[in-house]
Amino acid sequence: MLLRHTTADVMPREAVTINPAKTCQPVGAMFAALGIHGCLPHSHGSQGCCSYHRTVLTRHFKEPVMAATSSFTEGSAVFGGQSNLVAALGTIFDVYDPEVVAVHTTCLSETIGDDVKQIISAARDDGKIPVGKTVIYTSTPSYVGSHVTGYSNMVNSIVSQLAVKGPKKEQINILAGWMEPSDVREIKSILKEFHAQAVVLPDVSDVLDTPMTGKFEMYPKGGTTLTEIASMGSSKHTLALGSFSTAAAAATLDSKFKVPFTQLEIPIGLAATDAFVNEISRVTGLPVPESVKAERGRLLDMIADMNQYLFGKKVALAGDPDTLIPLVKFLTDINLLPTHIVSGTPGPTLTPSLLALAPVANVKTGSCADMFLLHNWMKAEPVDLLIANTYGKYIARDEDVPLMRMGFPILDRVGHSYFPSVGYKGGMRIVEKILSLLMDRIDRDAPESSFELTM
Amino acid sequence: MTEPNILEQTAGFKDDLLKIFPAKTARKRTGGVVVNDPENPTAIVANVRTAPGIITQRGCTYAGCKGVVLGPTRDIVNLVHGPIGCSFYAWLTRRNQTDAGLDGENFINYCFSTDLQDENIVFGGEKKLKEAIREIYKLFKPKAIGIFSTCPVGLIGDDVHSVARDMEAEFEDKVNIFGFSCEGYKGVSQSAGHHIANNGLFKHVIGLNDTDMGGKFKMNLLGEYNIGGDAFELERTFNEIGITLVSTFSGNSTYDKFTNSHTADLNAVMCHRSINYVAEMMEKKFGIPWMKVNLIGAEASAKSFKKMAKYFDDADLIAKTDEVIARELAEVKAVRDEILPRTMGKTAMLFVGGSRAHHYQELFKELGMTVIAAGYEFAHRDDYEGRRVLPTIKVDADSRNIEELRITADETRFKPRKTEEQIAALNKVYAENGDEIMSDYKGMMSEMAKGALVIDDVSQAETELLIEKFHPDVFCAGIKEKYIVQKMGIPLKQLHSYDYGGPYAGFRGAINFYRDIDRMVNSNVWHLIQAPWDKQAPTLTASFVA
Repeated sequence: MLLRHTTADVMPREAVTINPAKTCQPVGAMFAALGIHGCLPHSHGSQGCCSYHRTVLTRHFKEPVMAATSSFTEGSAVFGGQSNLVAALGTIFDVYDPEVVAVHTTCLSETIGDDVKQIISAARDDGKIPVGKTVIYTSTPSYVGSHVTGYSNMVNSIVSQLAVKGPKKEQINILAGWMEPSDVREIKSILKEFHAQAVVLPDVSDVLDTPMTGKFEMYPKGGTTLTEIASMGSSKHTLALGSFSTAAAAATLDSKFKVPFTQLEIPIGLAATDAFVNEISRVTGLPVPESVKAERGRLLDMIADMNQYLFGKKVALAGDPDTLIPLVKFLTDINLLPTHIVSGTPGPTLTPSLLALAPVANVKTGSCADMFLLHNWMKAEPVDLLIANTYGKYIARDEDVPLMRMGFPILDRVGHSYFPSVGYKGGMRIVEKILSLLMDRIDRDAPESSFELTM
Repeated sequence: MTEPNILEQTAGFKDDLLKIFPAKTARKRTGGVVVNDPENPTAIVANVRTAPGIITQRGCTYAGCKGVVLGPTRDIVNLVHGPIGCSFYAWLTRRNQTDAGLDGENFINYCFSTDLQDENIVFGGEKKLKEAIREIYKLFKPKAIGIFSTCPVGLIGDDVHSVARDMEAEFEDKVNIFGFSCEGYKGVSQSAGHHIANNGLFKHVIGLNDTDMGGKFKMNLLGEYNIGGDAFELERTFNEIGITLVSTFSGNSTYDKFTNSHTADLNAVMCHRSINYVAEMMEKKFGIPWMKVNLIGAEASAKSFKKMAKYFDDADLIAKTDEVIARELAEVKAVRDEILPRTMGKTAMLFVGGSRAHHYQELFKELGMTVIAAGYEFAHRDDYEGRRVLPTIKVDADSRNIEELRITADETRFKPRKTEEQIAALNKVYAENGDEIMSDYKGMMSEMAKGALVIDDVSQAETELLIEKFHPDVFCAGIKEKYIVQKMGIPLKQLHSYDYGGPYAGFRGAINFYRDIDRMVNSNVWHLIQAPWDKQAPTLTASFVA
């Protein structure tokens, strides 16, 4: 057994996290910053942070992930990181020439207490930042929240530092929660069907799913442009997708630029996509396109056709709040039974939200809500399906349960960055994946005498 | 096929490379780039800080300590003291395989963290660390627990070493608990972490158990981490030859094997950079001589196995070694003969690690490929120029941070395995044979061709320039570089994780590597990038228009 020391007994823990269902803030900030066009994320800390974050993002997307580091040594840890960051900004603009540098902190620079805002202004005074170039920053202490918090902090910093007040435009803002390039692409495609004018931020499509051309583009064509971000202060409304990753930015756009917002889920599954589509129509005054209606119909048709293979199947889930909430809702809509749910990301509303959707499930979020606990629960009450990131494969193999990979990071399969999980189309992909996993089991386990051709 | 004189075209490259940087950075960079002369290796600047802002391959001290050296051992619970990320990113990501059998203790697949929160940063994390150790002990009753400090731990003043002692006492010494002050910022790269890990193992684990587990020819293999099953392949050959591996540091290793590793009669060092400290300390304290070996590449493996057999000075062992090598080399040759026509004359570059960029050149030689450029990510001058330069290496502020243990001969257990005369006689034989003598490593440069480029701590912009100038057929580096290089239409072989393949060590490993490189340099995909509309000759289009 791969996880041979895990048993069905749950021992209460308060101090040790085993097999975490979260990681730290800075990686989320780095990821979000990649969704700005022409941006080089910068990690203000030790080299290892930048190296680890680039590594996990690279392995997840199988794409170049560019970011620089302040390369702290013991001296900077003792005397502060100002000289490192000032020097780094000089080097970055000299050597890599980005449009924007998005600085995020780490537990090291936060513990020291570096004032990044002041350091950047010192760098500007020192002539390290060329005229016309932009540097933004966000605070991402690794000992608060999770990678989702870091994503949220960066998105919030982007809008608060780069959006500009202006005359209102016939344009809406879409704040994209933590999602794949494929998902952003699908959301843009839905907006296009509506003929709606929209700015999507962050936009990691055409950044983390770039084509092979024989040429490496350090700053690929994708990403929300500075002009687009500036215009977000003039939009008439914001749709914020996923409250854990976008609520802060939506509130900033509201308070600073009087852009009202609707807090929605990431449109995963039927209900969340319905809400998203409905809200686009409401705030833009545009009718729901026939093509979108037809897609909804196809999703429902698929669910109706295959209901017998889904009904009553138990599911265990580990993931991030903004994915889990709409996904659990979708699973219950198609009559699966979410049975055990963990998310390492803390938040007072998360457990109640999940319990409201799945009242009989074991749910734990925040401290010590990890995949070790999920595994304890699965041994005590087995399930038919596990939905988790790649680390779920160790549990899946030990318990002989099929794994649907969803979330971050996915290190051992491709597809997530190319084929969406959002929108009605994404719903169909989720249903197809679940069905294939469950039905492959039926085929594998059926006695020869009752092996089926047609299902 | 490349032009045969490619190594004569490298002379001006350094000037081009330095033009990437502003003058001040270029001045610091210049010593890290050398055009090789194997007869007279030029001093290279290595193990110095990367300029802030440079997109480097390097990681941190914690990565070198927990990730590299301690990570591969399966039955020590590695508890990372810090915010969640550091433990998360080092969770199974280095592909250290291990064979615990059906019911052996195995924590390799687990990730342990104290997940420090802001209140711990403010009020200290020792209480949480102690409680985490109690919980681990209650759940798993492991033999040993290692505590790894991450960046904030040093700053908030948590003393992981005193916590370790307190908790050992609390559990009445039923578990060995030891801490590592391997905060990420401690050095200029992973290298500092290797040294800290070596020190910790030497202080807290090596030598705890004097039981001799038997075996006629007993040795330790140091600096082998069982990436992709390398250790399994090497163990196969050691077993067959009849050499007993008392322990391996640290591929496929266990805590117990570390504790009596001092009962071995020889230490053979693979990755000089990450483990030479243990080799030297064991020699001083216990009298175990060490030698450098290279078990990457079939010919290099054969040479190294023969070298080890010679050390034990036993006619039967030498005969058996020769017999096994002859059989293995015949299998290797059959594959090599098939592949060589497809790889001969192609070119490679290697930028990785602290020994791999050297060792893997052996495999490219066997494939008839030219290495145009190579460099390490975190090595020191001795790994480039050889240990002869050790007395001339200046210890700077960054290296001075790392404790140098003062080792003296153990009063009761120091036992020289060979007399000085025996060592001198061995060294004579080794020198005549072109092998490194005992306690020596000649470094990468002496084995590289004249004109090849040696570049320390290569950066992203330099990588791009290298590819534009020389168009190598394969580029070897790590995951962060992989897709950058491949977007340029050049296959990249990961030499940290082997692209999830391997083993590449030993004889069968060489065969695997030949096949992988053959596949990579001859894959169709690199020729399919251009679409038909981009291939149309303009004249053709013009004739249609006309």
